[in-house]
Amino acid sequence: MSEGAANVAAYVAAQREQAPALPAFGTPSLDASRAQALESLSQLGLPSQRDEDWKYTSTRAITRAAFTPAVAGAPCPREFVSQTTIDGLDAWRLVFADGFWQPELSLLDDLPNGVQISGLGQSLGSEPQRIAALLGSALGQTPHGFIAMNSAFIGDGALIEIAPGTRVDKPIELLFISGCSGEGFLSLPRNLVVMGAGSQAAVIERHVSLADERLLSNSVSELILADNASLNYQSVQQVAPRGFHVGGMFARLGRSARLQATTVTMSGALVRNDALVNLDDEGGFASLDGLYLAFGRSHVDNHTHITHNAPHCVSREHYKGVLGDRGHAVFHGRIVVQPGAQKTDSVQNNQNLLLSADAEIDTKPQLEIYADDVKCAHGATVGQLDETAVFYLMSRGIDRQAARRMLTQAFAADVLNRIELPALRSYLEAQAAQRLSPEQIRESES
Amino acid sequence: MLKISKLTVTVDGKTILNGLDLEVGPGEVHAIMGPNGSGKSTLANVIAGREGYQVTGGSVSFLGQDLLSLAPEKRAREGVFLAFQYPVEIPGVANVYLLKEAVNATRQHRGEEKLDAMDFLKLVREKLKLLQMKEEFLYRSVNEGFSGGEKKRNEIFQMAMLEPRLAVLDETDSGLDIDALKIVADGVNAQRSADRSVILVTHYQRLLDYIVPDRVHVLAGGRIVRSGDKHLALELEAQGYGWVESDPSTVSAA
Ligand SMILES: Nc1ncnc2c1ncn2[C@@H]1O[C@H](COP(=O)(O)OP(=O)(O)OP(=O)(O)O)[C@@H](O)[C@H]1O
Ligand SMILES: [Mg+2]
Repeated sequence: MSEGAANVAAYVAAQREQAPALPAFGTPSLDASRAQALESLSQLGLPSQRDEDWKYTSTRAITRAAFTPAVAGAPCPREFVSQTTIDGLDAWRLVFADGFWQPELSLLDDLPNGVQISGLGQSLGSEPQRIAALLGSALGQTPHGFIAMNSAFIGDGALIEIAPGTRVDKPIELLFISGCSGEGFLSLPRNLVVMGAGSQAAVIERHVSLADERLLSNSVSELILADNASLNYQSVQQVAPRGFHVGGMFARLGRSARLQATTVTMSGALVRNDALVNLDDEGGFASLDGLYLAFGRSHVDNHTHITHNAPHCVSREHYKGVLGDRGHAVFHGRIVVQPGAQKTDSVQNNQNLLLSADAEIDTKPQLEIYADDVKCAHGATVGQLDETAVFYLMSRGIDRQAARRMLTQAFAADVLNRIELPALRSYLEAQAAQRLSPEQIRESES
Repeated sequence: MLKISKLTVTVDGKTILNGLDLEVGPGEVHAIMGPNGSGKSTLANVIAGREGYQVTGGSVSFLGQDLLSLAPEKRAREGVFLAFQYPVEIPGVANVYLLKEAVNATRQHRGEEKLDAMDFLKLVREKLKLLQMKEEFLYRSVNEGFSGGEKKRNEIFQMAMLEPRLAVLDETDSGLDIDALKIVADGVNAQRSADRSVILVTHYQRLLDYIVPDRVHVLAGGRIVRSGDKHLALELEAQGYGWVESDPSTVSAA
């Protein structure tokens, strides 16, 4: 047993114990895929900095602590849900307590024809074969132990199915609340979004913490877009300063499908976002935007991996980071253009603003191009606030802190400006403004 | 209003201003001319409080207080305004947002209430009209993608909004076409008043046809080497700076 595997023994044992109680236990295909994932977990262990894809992110704080996989039944205070909602957002909403669906806190009235939204556990109970066959189909190879762990525990999460040709006119919000079972628990939600041909929807996936405690959420979302489907997917991490979050978004796009994803990380001790997109057929379009704020001792790692498997697809990546204090962020943008994916058009851009001398960014583009007629551009910048601009604002009567805040917000603004849902956009702007309060953007004494 | 005595300023150890004296009374308009690199922008920046300039001697008093001891934003709130030779582009910060923050910071400093949205908009519209600017400018990022002339006009628009006591206009005429020059000059003239002084830094007599100065100074070798009335500008236009620098009556600037 490798050292990596040793750090998962407790999780493997917990899975063995919990498995019989997981939804649709006894469904052969699902039992087999859970067992296979458990096997991968044992073999892979949790990643360490020896893994190329985790080179700049230490998981020691996670592996050192023993987290207990949460079980269904922990209550989530209703007041917390109402405090946490986004003003003015008219959405269907699913609320999850430590990964488990809370129907009584959810808003799913008057779902139109062609729109199925439910807890994954419930659907697994009623249609085990059909749902089990969908699970894992956007995943491909298991990239690391956290994903294997999530797959081994598949039990609850959100299931969204949009029928072909259906245009959903309200966004669907998935609110994941960690900490309902208390400190030291691990939640493992699994989400599945299936977009029928020509369908259209907007989904918001938010991860919040009930309290500032040592908590781990390990979440996986699979997005399957059939031909001409269009999905707007916004994921937001508002993790407590002591909380850990590892999230994966795995998308597969059919012919001329469109995915517009935005990942906004506001806070958390350690947040790792994996975004893997497969452009499987001609004319696909994937845009991945990101904004990450890393203050205090926060560590935020965005790992994107876009694969052009077919010709004439477009991918756009635009990630921005604001780092202060001893914040550390990682951006790793991998783009693979497979043989035959001619006329690929890909642009990747990562810009970082460092507000303190102790903040640190590791940014790494990785282009692997196996086709010859392609357009791939990438760029990364790391900079400080423009002192000339700071002085310009000060010369208009604005004090230094306020000037720095204005410029920092302006830097972050273009990512948020591109979010199409106005209520979400203003909410995130306000959240970001709060995070960029004077003490956050203070200058380090160096 | 402004009294500068024996001001000496160095940048990276190099002396740029060397014992400069200048006094500007309330309501007066002074023009400062001088060869490239003579220190005109340095003087303007030192008045506004920009970092990177070491004042190694002399004093600057503004309305009786020691200006050099004030932070730049305090100077602005006290009524010092600098129209930049090269206005800065600030992507993502809307003009209107900058103006609102700036106007309210100054009002708060004076112990006045912040302007409410209605009053602010009223003020903005009035000043836009003065500079013949379209309202859409308000919602564009500060100076981003503005033409050279638009940037300069925007500076004077900001001046109109902030109603300073002392405005230093650093080559605001450069890059303006004849029509824009007239609009900007009219904008400045409309703001002339008994308690507002203006320092115009310029290379061209043309501006002074529109904004007629009370005094004209020539800055060379780190100090004012010649002062006169508006006719001095005409002489300079005709004869160039060589004439001043070689004129025996000129104070030597060693
Ligand atoms: N930040 C700086 N670093 C180095 N040198 C500087 C700096 N600022 C000004 N200088 C130097 O100081 C001198 C005066 O510059 P300044 O910009 O004040 O001249 P100016 O009179 O405004 O010229 P112009 O008419 O070309 O605008 C120049 O030699 C310039 O190179
Ligand atoms: Mg100059």
